[in-house]
Amino acid sequence: MTLAEQVQYQSATGALSSVWLLIAIPLASAAVLLLLGRKADRWGHILGCASIGASFVLGLWYFFTLRGLGHKAVSLDLFNFIQVGRFKVDWGILYDPLSATFVLLITGVGFLIHVYAVGYMKEDPGRRRFFGYFNLFASAMLLLVLGNSFLMTFIGWEGVGLASYLLISWYQDRPAAATAGKKAFLMNRVGDAAFLVAMFLMFANLGSTDFATVFNGVGALPHGVTLAMALLLLAGACGKSGQFPLQAWLPDAMEGPTPVSALIHAATMVTAGVYLIARSNPIFDATSLGQTIVVAVGAFTLLLGCVIGCAKDDIKRVLAYSTVSQIGYMFLAVGLGGGAYALGILHLLAHGFFKAGLFLGAGSVMHGMKDQTDLRRFGGLWRYMPVTWATVGLGYLAIIGIPPLSGFFSKDPIIDAAFARGGWQGWVFGLAALLGAGLTAFYMTRLFVLTFHGKKRWTDDIEHPHESPGVMKLPMILLAVGSVAAGGLLVYGGFTTWLEPVFGTTEVPGHEPNRAMMIGISLAVVLVGVAIAWLLFRRGTALVEQPARSPIVRAARENLYGDVFNETVFELPGKLLTRAAVFFDGKGIDGIVTGLAAIVGGSSSRLRRLQTGFVRSYALTILGGALVVVAALMAVKLG
Amino acid sequence: MNPVLAADITLPHINYGAIAPILILLGMACVGVLAEAFLPRTLRYPVQVLVSLVAQVAGLATIIGLALSNYAKKPTLTAGDALAVDGPGLFLQGAVLVLGIVATLLIAERSVERGGAFVAQAAVTAGSEADAEQARRQPSQTEIFPLSLFALGGMMLFVSANDLLTMFVALEVFSLPLYLMCALARRRRLLSQEAAVKYFLLGAFSSAFFVYGIAMLYGFAGSVKFHDIAVAAISSGKSDLLMFIGLAMLAIGLLFKAAAVPFHVWTPDVYQGAPTPVTALMASCTKVAAFGGILRIFYVAFLDSRWDWRPVIGVIAVLTMVIGAILAVTQTDIKRLLAYSSIANAGYVLTGVLAMQKDGISSSLFYLVTYGFTVLAAFGLVTLVRDQDGEATHLSRWAGLGRKAPVLAGVFTFLMLSFAGIPLTSGFTGKFAVFSAALGGGQTTLVIFGVLSSVLLAFPYLRVVVLMYLQEPAADAPTVAVPGALTSAALAIGAIVTLLLGVWPSVLLDVANSAAQFVG
Repeated sequence: MTLAEQVQYQSATGALSSVWLLIAIPLASAAVLLLLGRKADRWGHILGCASIGASFVLGLWYFFTLRGLGHKAVSLDLFNFIQVGRFKVDWGILYDPLSATFVLLITGVGFLIHVYAVGYMKEDPGRRRFFGYFNLFASAMLLLVLGNSFLMTFIGWEGVGLASYLLISWYQDRPAAATAGKKAFLMNRVGDAAFLVAMFLMFANLGSTDFATVFNGVGALPHGVTLAMALLLLAGACGKSGQFPLQAWLPDAMEGPTPVSALIHAATMVTAGVYLIARSNPIFDATSLGQTIVVAVGAFTLLLGCVIGCAKDDIKRVLAYSTVSQIGYMFLAVGLGGGAYALGILHLLAHGFFKAGLFLGAGSVMHGMKDQTDLRRFGGLWRYMPVTWATVGLGYLAIIGIPPLSGFFSKDPIIDAAFARGGWQGWVFGLAALLGAGLTAFYMTRLFVLTFHGKKRWTDDIEHPHESPGVMKLPMILLAVGSVAAGGLLVYGGFTTWLEPVFGTTEVPGHEPNRAMMIGISLAVVLVGVAIAWLLFRRGTALVEQPARSPIVRAARENLYGDVFNETVFELPGKLLTRAAVFFDGKGIDGIVTGLAAIVGGSSSRLRRLQTGFVRSYALTILGGALVVVAALMAVKLG
Repeated sequence: MNPVLAADITLPHINYGAIAPILILLGMACVGVLAEAFLPRTLRYPVQVLVSLVAQVAGLATIIGLALSNYAKKPTLTAGDALAVDGPGLFLQGAVLVLGIVATLLIAERSVERGGAFVAQAAVTAGSEADAEQARRQPSQTEIFPLSLFALGGMMLFVSANDLLTMFVALEVFSLPLYLMCALARRRRLLSQEAAVKYFLLGAFSSAFFVYGIAMLYGFAGSVKFHDIAVAAISSGKSDLLMFIGLAMLAIGLLFKAAAVPFHVWTPDVYQGAPTPVTALMASCTKVAAFGGILRIFYVAFLDSRWDWRPVIGVIAVLTMVIGAILAVTQTDIKRLLAYSSIANAGYVLTGVLAMQKDGISSSLFYLVTYGFTVLAAFGLVTLVRDQDGEATHLSRWAGLGRKAPVLAGVFTFLMLSFAGIPLTSGFTGKFAVFSAALGGGQTTLVIFGVLSSVLLAFPYLRVVVLMYLQEPAADAPTVAVPGALTSAALAIGAIVTLLLGVWPSVLLDVANSAAQFVG
């Protein structure tokens, strides 16, 4: 689609007119689970899984219906939400290939992780509430991807945020979990505020936040406004997706239960930023500077995530930084624009499978090792957990991009496309993506080897680690299958063509003659990363943290000073501002207010003394008043 | 001057239909006096209540009939141009009666205080044994009903008067019964009698100003008719110093009744000392009447000279709003608090009046009705909080009422919020109407002072709310009487109208708008 073309959505008919059910079913289930209370304890988890399963089945049905339609985008107006004067907002749904894809990812992977959580949360007394929040999340996430305006998306956006905070702080008796929830909340507010301002800009300039109105009108706006909109949307996306400079909350979010990490903080919610940018493609297409900034953020974040990931010893934190880094790849892709939009979404889907699988594997390891998360305390587990070993192994091979697993099909084209940008940018971003691939191979190999191979370095209280129950194993196996096959299936199943109605061109930029060479180079880089890690860690590692010898290691252990950055750049000025405001409020405003009150009170008490109760003095007052009135009137007249 | 010959006096034509409401009220008042004289003691109370209510309802029905039969659109002068039957006149008469009916309900209540709020024999020495005996045993005297009918009839005459003499007579007709009624409290009789004497003395004083003003204006215009004064203001060759002194004197007399600063001094003492139902009547109906007179004089007689006198009256409006609000802050007695609030409210109405254009009339009319209903309900609630000495009016005694009587405290809170001008109450819509009219009339300074003073006034109102809800009740806290049917009805009407006109002000604003045209 070029800018000249009008964005137009057909209204939904037939089967697709019930597409709102996708959102309504999990929402109803969440309401039941959260409102019924303990009465639903016995069957709550079943309802939770069933509702998301039902949404998945419906999603499939709608998906095939949409494939059969000539026009690939339908919208459905539900009801009038706000109408004040000329300000009008409708609840509406947009169902097109992009949202259909997300629906399948959210409900499909979501269903598997729901099933896994039945086993994982078995011992938790709050399991019903957990599924309530989980359903709430699913319905909000579906609203996010199905809304037909930025405002609808924003409502879903806040809904997933709410569910995310609730679930990060799930183990509320742990101070770390409570703090992590707060941190996620605060950092997301920064992004959300930017998103809101972007919507204000749309209202101010275009009078609406409907996708159709905005996308059709964006071409006529001055470049400054478009750029501001794009950057504000990018800031919103960075907050939700853990991109620089708002990445610090995501690793801390791993304090939540592992299924939460897998579903919300790996597969779906954190990719909402990618969705937002991909959805707003007409805005970003209109400003090449904005696109370059997206690419730069993505490239920088993917390296940042890799470097920190190398230095972490907590299995979930390594995976978390890996997520940060992989989303960096997606940002890089959607920033490149054109055919690379589809590549970003492709990587998002592939990542959804293998990262969810990796997290579930990590959860399975923790389940067997009494909630141990320290990589230095694993080792030799492959013998005790063969299924976990196999599924994590496949996920691991997929993420580092070994052919023919899905990472190979999704990540290599992004590296290609980055080089294809040309000029110095092509070199900088391409090399960053390539280096990231090598680093990914390194830290993922480290994780895999330290966990499953080498000597046992278990803590003393563990005698015999056990494999997880079937209800947890099955989702892991299915996700592993997805990790293996998704990439290839999507590429050869015509996924990029499928997205054509949303992004227009599907022509993937790349030097066709160099294609084979590029694949060779990136594979070589990956293998070097694997080899170094294997050589370093095949014999295990020290049981405690070693003193850092180089500044890079020290910096990486400190999350590349991300927290320090936040504390000095945001927290310190914020604190000073608060203190100044409190001071000003206390001494200045309160001073004025209490001073005024004192003046009023004082004059009131003084005036009261005139009210003596004697008629004679009252009469005198009236007489005096009369004289003044007469004198004043005469003065006005004469003067 | 030629001696007036009998043959020169012709009886003016009187349109009895147009002045029927006034005649009904005054006639029924006479019926009440006769009933007092001839009926046995036990029958007097029911008959008087009936006569009083029937008179007012019939009067109101006649007014509505007159308004519907186009007297509002095609106003007439009658009785030799002494009386004007026009939109504002009919509206004000109606307002006096509507508020009068509610006040009559409060006056007629006999179950809250055994025997009613009024003394049985006003002439018994206060504090004597006979007084204690009558306070315990005997029911109220029922002269209060014809007295209030005379007062209401006088007010209706007052707002319709089209010349200064008629206006003066009407002023006295409604003032004299009020002086008497103030003295009739069953409890705290000395305070009540003191209030009556003060009111009477100061009222006589202000009437003297009024009469002196009439003399000056007659000297200026050679006539006491408003229309002639308006004509003379443009074309008279005489020094208009006479006119301005006359205007000042008239205004003083009227502003005294309206309780504007600095002619407000009587208000707190009289409001506090008078029996509370009478206070309610004064705060609502007298205010309507006083401002009816002010509106008519300013808009009919002195419209063309407004550039000269408006600044002076504007200063009075500012003083009234600000001093009323400031003094309300330190009051410790609920009746005095409401008295100062009523002073400040007089300032708000005056602000609307000074817009000196059509919506100045309509907004003032609207404000008078909204304020009247709210203040009636507020004083009605004051009658319910009692201890063994009668009404417990000291504010400290109201502490913790929210816990003892949640319904009463809730309604009172609502009324206070309305006084404070919070949206969804008639206090808000009324203030909005007068302030926007004043803005339209170029009185920005007045509006600024008005808004500031209403901010100030919010403090004493909310202090009562805080007292009721956030403080522990005292050990000997007053009891809250169960309101009888009459008081309940009055409270319900007051509160509902306060809410209704807050949510749906156009019901009344439209009526006020279509009535806002004086006949000149």
